[in-house]
Amino acid sequence: MATQTPVTAILDKTPASPPRRLLFQVLHDWLTTLDHKKIGLMYIVYALIFLVIGGLEAVLMRIQLAIPNNHFVSPETFNRLFTMHGTTMVFFVGMPILFGFGNYLIPLMIGARDMAFPRLNAFSFWISAFGGTLLYFSYVGGSGLYGAGSAPDVGWFAYAPLTAHVFSPGHSTDYWTLAVLLSGVGTVGTAVNIVATTLCMRCPGMKLSRMPLLVWLYLITSFMVFVTISPLTAAQIMLMLDRYVGSHFFDTQAGGSAVLWMHFFWIFGHPEVYILVLPAFAFANEIIPVFSRKAIFGYPAMAAASVCIGFISLSVWAHHMFTVGMGPGANTFFTLSTMIISVPTGIKIFNWLATLWGGKIQFTTAMLFAIGFLFQFLIAGLTGIMLSVSPFNWQLSASYFVIAHFHYVLVGAILFMIFSAFYYWYPKITGRMLNERLGKWHFWLFLIGFHLTFDFMHIPGLLGMPRRVYTYEADRGWMMWNMIVSSGAIVQTAGTLLFVFNMVRSYFKGAIAGADPWDAWTLEWSTTSPPPEYNFAVTPSVASRRPLWDLKHPEDPDGNYE
Amino acid sequence: MSETAVIPHSPTEVWKLPSRGIVAMACLILAESAIFIIFVVAYVFYIGKSVSGPTPREVLELPIFSSICLLSSSLTVHFAVSALHDSKRGMCSLWLGLTVLLGGIFLAATAREWYQLIYHDGLTIKTNLFGTTYYSLVGLHATHVVVGLFMLSLALLFSLRGGLTSNHTERLEVLSLYWHFVDAVWIVVFLVVYVLGR
Repeated sequence: MATQTPVTAILDKTPASPPRRLLFQVLHDWLTTLDHKKIGLMYIVYALIFLVIGGLEAVLMRIQLAIPNNHFVSPETFNRLFTMHGTTMVFFVGMPILFGFGNYLIPLMIGARDMAFPRLNAFSFWISAFGGTLLYFSYVGGSGLYGAGSAPDVGWFAYAPLTAHVFSPGHSTDYWTLAVLLSGVGTVGTAVNIVATTLCMRCPGMKLSRMPLLVWLYLITSFMVFVTISPLTAAQIMLMLDRYVGSHFFDTQAGGSAVLWMHFFWIFGHPEVYILVLPAFAFANEIIPVFSRKAIFGYPAMAAASVCIGFISLSVWAHHMFTVGMGPGANTFFTLSTMIISVPTGIKIFNWLATLWGGKIQFTTAMLFAIGFLFQFLIAGLTGIMLSVSPFNWQLSASYFVIAHFHYVLVGAILFMIFSAFYYWYPKITGRMLNERLGKWHFWLFLIGFHLTFDFMHIPGLLGMPRRVYTYEADRGWMMWNMIVSSGAIVQTAGTLLFVFNMVRSYFKGAIAGADPWDAWTLEWSTTSPPPEYNFAVTPSVASRRPLWDLKHPEDPDGNYE
Repeated sequence: MSETAVIPHSPTEVWKLPSRGIVAMACLILAESAIFIIFVVAYVFYIGKSVSGPTPREVLELPIFSSICLLSSSLTVHFAVSALHDSKRGMCSLWLGLTVLLGGIFLAATAREWYQLIYHDGLTIKTNLFGTTYYSLVGLHATHVVVGLFMLSLALLFSLRGGLTSNHTERLEVLSLYWHFVDAVWIVVFLVVYVLGR
């Protein structure tokens, strides 16, 4: 054993309650901040606002589809609703909320003072925020001088040639293009920052093989951002050139190709799913071991499987295009590559199960959501394998079966882990615990709502209900299923409202958390809750993957087993 | 919970991490490469698919001289970094100046080529698929040259005012990495547009 240097981890001598400041001072503080924790929080709050907006759009669509021949909203509005819902949820909820947690947690977990480039960090946030605002400004400014349409209505993957100027006059599509482009710039900026932070800012002893798996997964996610968001940026530049200066990239009359846009979009679009799900895996990697009271099973296998997912996910994009007619060669390749990606994903699921196995499981709300995630992600993966078989896909492509499949991933896996992360890290961020009783209500309500909506959504898909239909005839046999799906949406909304109430109430009345309420092992729990602006009074140094375990059990340090 | 953290730590081990500037530039280059790859793919995909003229064979000429200028500017910027590393500040300014000059010549040659194409051959971005892909790919590269030249000129300005010392070697190195990338992309663009596409 090397020499032991006593280091005081909690040496915050600042007064407990600084004098109350004026509203403008507080506002100025947040607007000009370069602190990774504040920027992370702004990302999260901004994403939550858009989550509410995107969720409302979903509820409106479900009301419209609940009964046949319904005219609750107009067809034009319906087109805008599904476009805005998809774009919002992917670019302005999923990405910012995950980057928000990354921003907040990564420097704390690797024992750093801040991100590598604090100014770039603030820039990335504000440019993304501007993108989201621009997207919604289209409701006001989209009609512009033309008086044609308001919000974008071309669908979230905006297939050519629908986006050409002749078919989408006015400015609504331009708002979509610019908003997505700006969010892409912000995303790449944050990804650069995360890679530079993880590689260059680790505290002494924090080798790559000792980094918390959350940091590992964010590192991989960020590398994926470079190679997947950039193609989207390139495609958006081409689309803007087509729309503004009359070039012919996707103009079929001049020999351009609409299929090229599909390829470019899905080269981004499919890895994007993994960019969203890897941070969810990252949360699971931290939360499941803590509440199983065991170290994660198979740390190297987990990191390696994530790298595998990163690489394989770059070669599966055209499984979104089986119905285009790519020929047997391409169909076979993309079927097989899509199936292969389930291998590293399966490794992860087995490792989580092995972590649970024999552990003293504590069923906190965070753990309940994590266990829900495990089951639901498995089912989502199974329908994914079904859809990867190209003949099966020819039948069900662009049906509600596909919608049910990817919402199972996005809601059942990613959103469940995001909720879990909120229950787990809320005490660190605010210094107060979330109410467990309300949390359990939130979990069960949301679980029931989720399964009502998305289990039953598979069935109208199998019965032939296409996605994006405005309404349907009563004799199709889809009515009962749609009714169940829509009522599930109401239950989910109730659960989410309970969650929002819990967050607000606990901020003022929650039990005081203390530095380490979960008896956890990673560095963020060694500093106060909320952490001071400088994170750590003394730069920590670590000797194993679980520095706080070493601290609490000096007689049996983790390093002996690694 | 204990108030004092006793964290095991071996002082003999030297803790060395990579430079964040270089890591960040490498990441940026990775992201930019992905953008260029998409434009190159679009270019290659549309070779010979234009429904009307002019074709590349009719109007494009090999820009040998300007390519040599741009590629040799990679060498000069490297010499500038080495000179700064050895605290030869005068030499550094000289090499930086030469880099800016060579980059400027390249840009001027591109401008002349475009002028020729637009006013004499009647090829604009609207004309056909060749025009669309040619102007966007070469224009994207030229945009990167402009950004690089701006940054290099700033460095030159600092160097002439005596503000650039050997402490700044790493920063200049980061900038030179970007410039090497811009030059490397030109090799690809040259091969695709002027050799493969003609």
